[in-house]
Amino acid sequence: MNSQPNSLKNAPDEKGHFGPYGGRYVAETLMPLILSVEKAWNEAKNDAAFWQEFNNLAKDYIGRPSPLYFAAETTRHLGGAKVYFKRDELNHTGAHKINHCIGQILLARRMGKTRIIAETGAGQHGVATATVCALFKIPCTIFMGAKDIERQAPNVFRMKLLGAEVRPCTSGSASLKDAMNEALRDWVSNVHDTFYLIGTVAGPHPYPAMVRDFQSVIGKELREQMQEREGRLPDTLVACIGGGSNAMGLFHPFLDDTDVKLIGVEAGGYGVDTDKHAASLTGGKPGILHGMKSYFLQNDDGQIQEAHSISAGLDYPGIGPEHSWLFDQKRVEYVSVTDAEALDAFQLCSRLEGIIPALEPSHAFAHVCKIAGRLPKDHILVMNMCGRGDKDIFTVAEKLGVKIQ
Amino acid sequence: MSRIAQTFKNLKRPALITFITAGDPDAARSMEILKSLPAAGADIIELGMPFTDPMADGPVIQAAGLRALDAGATMQQTLKMVQQFREGNKTTPIVLMGYANPLLQYGNDKFCADAAKAGVDGLIIVDLPPEESADLESAAKKNGLDFIRLLTPTTRDERIPTVVNNASGFLYYVSVTGITGAAKANPDSIRPHIEQIRKHTKLPIAIGFGIKTPEDVKALAKIGDAVVVGSSIVNIIARNQDAKDLQAIVYKQVSGLSRGLVG
Repeated sequence: MNSQPNSLKNAPDEKGHFGPYGGRYVAETLMPLILSVEKAWNEAKNDAAFWQEFNNLAKDYIGRPSPLYFAAETTRHLGGAKVYFKRDELNHTGAHKINHCIGQILLARRMGKTRIIAETGAGQHGVATATVCALFKIPCTIFMGAKDIERQAPNVFRMKLLGAEVRPCTSGSASLKDAMNEALRDWVSNVHDTFYLIGTVAGPHPYPAMVRDFQSVIGKELREQMQEREGRLPDTLVACIGGGSNAMGLFHPFLDDTDVKLIGVEAGGYGVDTDKHAASLTGGKPGILHGMKSYFLQNDDGQIQEAHSISAGLDYPGIGPEHSWLFDQKRVEYVSVTDAEALDAFQLCSRLEGIIPALEPSHAFAHVCKIAGRLPKDHILVMNMCGRGDKDIFTVAEKLGVKIQ
Repeated sequence: MSRIAQTFKNLKRPALITFITAGDPDAARSMEILKSLPAAGADIIELGMPFTDPMADGPVIQAAGLRALDAGATMQQTLKMVQQFREGNKTTPIVLMGYANPLLQYGNDKFCADAAKAGVDGLIIVDLPPEESADLESAAKKNGLDFIRLLTPTTRDERIPTVVNNASGFLYYVSVTGITGAAKANPDSIRPHIEQIRKHTKLPIAIGFGIKTPEDVKALAKIGDAVVVGSSIVNIIARNQDAKDLQAIVYKQVSGLSRGLVG
């Protein structure tokens, strides 16, 4: 992928390791299938026809490239850096998830798989999966925590409209982590015909690298758009992180540009000094779960702890392995934003820009609000607006004490 | 000779391996059940180390792990159970079964040393395929613990050597493509796989997953060197967790299963 000998872009190695992270920590039943997904992916990614089809769908179906928008009102309001939004919330289905769904379903079809499973937290990945499954006429089952089904009702309805079966998971914390457990259990039981369409840069190799490669379309477009707009690279990139797919897609094409500062914003819940947050890097330690070695929220005995975030899409006690590695390497700075700060940012962005952001990028926007004012006026800051907030209006209304149902 | 090898050598019939989760439904009663298993007919005991996210387990064993954790189970407590068991039993092998993360946090080396000292004989770690197990494997070897590997219906011929290489104690054949406690194992479809595996190894082969009744035990004992029963025992524990004679109820069930081997 990259010929520079010390490029950060060379990871993972052939066994799927990003430094000590990543790998393939799965039951033996899955191992042969994981190896065949890897083989199929290695062939597909070197096949021009595969990318031609991906690019065509990205353009005509997703609506790429997503615009690079100069947020003049935000810039004026904060009084410092020039703030841009990379507008992936304008994609078909309203978030960046569709990028890796198109890529993975093309691979599933290439492998001759006839059934798709996926996990979802906020429902954005579930909707995107159900969407591509409708398009490609492949039946799909979406695993979703019972708690998330309750707080993301509009997306549950969307998935069903698109023809997906939504299966509630009641075990554990009944959110994203448990949905992923259930999806893996289903996969173990249906290896012969099923493709697991993972919703973030997590899971066993090759998923973290594969999902990243599909999402890298975000960062690649940004490079070109910024060159056209400002004639140079941006100074700072900011993205929110649950599993880390939108951030990895934004950051990856810039990893070797050491002048570009990269900031990942984790969900701080009630605060990272409480036991109710989802900041795996800030508050967790290296462990093994969901097929990978990475940072996880856990107790001293290695039991995984429940994450908490106002945003269902960030409510995950782990993070993609490449982020863990970039954290150790200090290439990316990881910070956190609380529920309350995200909620304020959600409202501020709506009023300032006429853009209702999803609660996930509201975390990124909250951090932009913290730092932009202190940066010089010629500093270029780009935030990934990775999803739109329509799905979150019920959660936000409830938090604000407004009855809308 | 390891306790596991000795057990297979002494037995003139296939072995019965029984699974329970350590600390289920609580530490004291789990200890009582554990102590009574050999007399009930268990030749080898598989003791589950509770984990919050057991992705290869069905609802029955998931629930057992959560019951144990709610009752305060820890890795240290599991080792203490084995140590207490060993004070009264020097012959029945105990194999710990679980997931990689709790071991990683304990420290692979330290865990293997403490486990060996407590009287553990082997480890089965579900989410450590040969590709990722080098570290734990060498820690186990250094401390004289058998490292038991899993083979499944999806393990193709060309992969068998990768899996059996460096395995010790016995091999665990997962008889269904799925999670614990799910579909019923079908002896006719299992036999050819076992025969294929035997071409690559002299180790005893235990068959587990989907084995529930004395009849299942009897049928699969004709194919394997050992038969593992897990979810159906754990299910009995779940259903009778409030019973005063919980241990006696489990004893009766395990006796019934073991009759499938001699009858």
